[in-house]
Amino acid sequence: MMLRSLRGLLTGIALAAYAAASAQAEVPPDVLVKTVTLEIVDIIAKDKDIQAGDKKKVIELVEAKVLPHFSFPSMTALAMGQNWPMASAEQKKRLTEEFKSLLVRTYASALAAYSDQKFEFRPLHARPTDTDVTVQVRVLQSGVQPISIDYGMEKTASGWKTYDVVVGGVSLVVNYRTEFRNQVRDVGVEGLIRELQAKNRALESADAASGKK
Amino acid sequence: MGAAAGCATIGEADPRDPVEGLNRAVYAFNDGVDQVIAKPIATAYVSVIPDPVRERVRNFFGNIADLLIGVNNLLQGKLGDAGNDWARFLFNTTFGLFGIHDVATEMGFEKHNEDFGQTFGRWGAGNGPYIVLPFLGPSTLRDAMGTVLDIRGDPLTRPGHGERDALIVLRLTSQRADLLDAGTLLEEAAFDKYIFTRDAYLQRRRSLIYDGSPPRERIPDARLDLPDVSSRVPPVAQARTLGTYAPRVPANYEPVIAVLEGAQG
Repeated sequence: MMLRSLRGLLTGIALAAYAAASAQAEVPPDVLVKTVTLEIVDIIAKDKDIQAGDKKKVIELVEAKVLPHFSFPSMTALAMGQNWPMASAEQKKRLTEEFKSLLVRTYASALAAYSDQKFEFRPLHARPTDTDVTVQVRVLQSGVQPISIDYGMEKTASGWKTYDVVVGGVSLVVNYRTEFRNQVRDVGVEGLIRELQAKNRALESADAASGKK
Repeated sequence: MGAAAGCATIGEADPRDPVEGLNRAVYAFNDGVDQVIAKPIATAYVSVIPDPVRERVRNFFGNIADLLIGVNNLLQGKLGDAGNDWARFLFNTTFGLFGIHDVATEMGFEKHNEDFGQTFGRWGAGNGPYIVLPFLGPSTLRDAMGTVLDIRGDPLTRPGHGERDALIVLRLTSQRADLLDAGTLLEEAAFDKYIFTRDAYLQRRRSLIYDGSPPRERIPDARLDLPDVSSRVPPVAQARTLGTYAPRVPANYEPVIAVLEGAQG
């Protein structure tokens, strides 16, 4: 009896030590989301240019702070679905690059719309051994239901990376599936890449035009 | 020629959207009405009315809506949630001065999102075909029937006074104003706004029916939707982890899970 509880205690200590060791190795996903979110919100709150609608500066902010924590190849693969294996390695690379530009811009637009809402960071339901988790954040706003933002995150060699953002139940990646499928069906993978390039260029020049005014 | 052009835009029919041609026409009509009337009014509203006032307007209408939200939670068997919603109405109407202050949220009574379409969904009704309603926008057969009851039950649509019409216009303006940023996002993000809106609506409604945590969906032709995950984790190892712990994978990856579990078993 005594022996058994002692063994239980030892196992407990060993597990705790293991958990501590792996926690040291990298930032846990929920901590990562919280740190990055609060850091960005703080920068926006202090930056007069961004508040005045300086799109270029928000994009730079996203590229510097958010981009390193996203896994764009996974996002592109999930958005392409059945068509992903059909693309050549070189096409996959270009697709990922263009989709990344589009997502960064979309993310920047969403951030630019931010105005001092409060965040609620929900406790992470996962085991230490999990390599794929959902980190839940809620944006609180008076008079409306809180908006949920769920980050699908996977463990990689270079830390936890986001592979999907689900806002109010709408997965950004899944929402591109039909669009990508239709494009590939109509104009092929190469055509889809061209469409993405054209869209990114059009958005860039629209920014440049509004920036000069 | 005309038929060929129609095919090029619509392609093979999406089973969720059997009347896509008609829907696209209504969508274009709604978009036109929005560009000419609703969006300019909402834009002016945002630029003229200061933010704190707009928040009170939003709270005021949100408070009225809580009554029917409570009814729907009751119909869905969520008694605690229904009590929460009516407590919100009680506190916000009194301490919150007819609802212009959302004191209930600060007291810990969370705002919910419910309507009759969600109630029917909770009772087991499927979406039915996707329908774009004139003026009202994206819906499904089920949600459109729900909307009929939503409008019937809405305290503001009781026949009568002119002030009520003014209130309805104000509410529409306030609601449209809250969507201005989303509209910009849609313009930027989507290749085909119709498709993007439709898919977002269907994802959103599914999430709402299950109050934010929908179960996984089993899709028969899941194999077709399998993304290349082989570069990340060995499939069998992934299948094992995916199968054992549900909340780790976002609900939209059901097809992947279904295939991987199939491969394992």
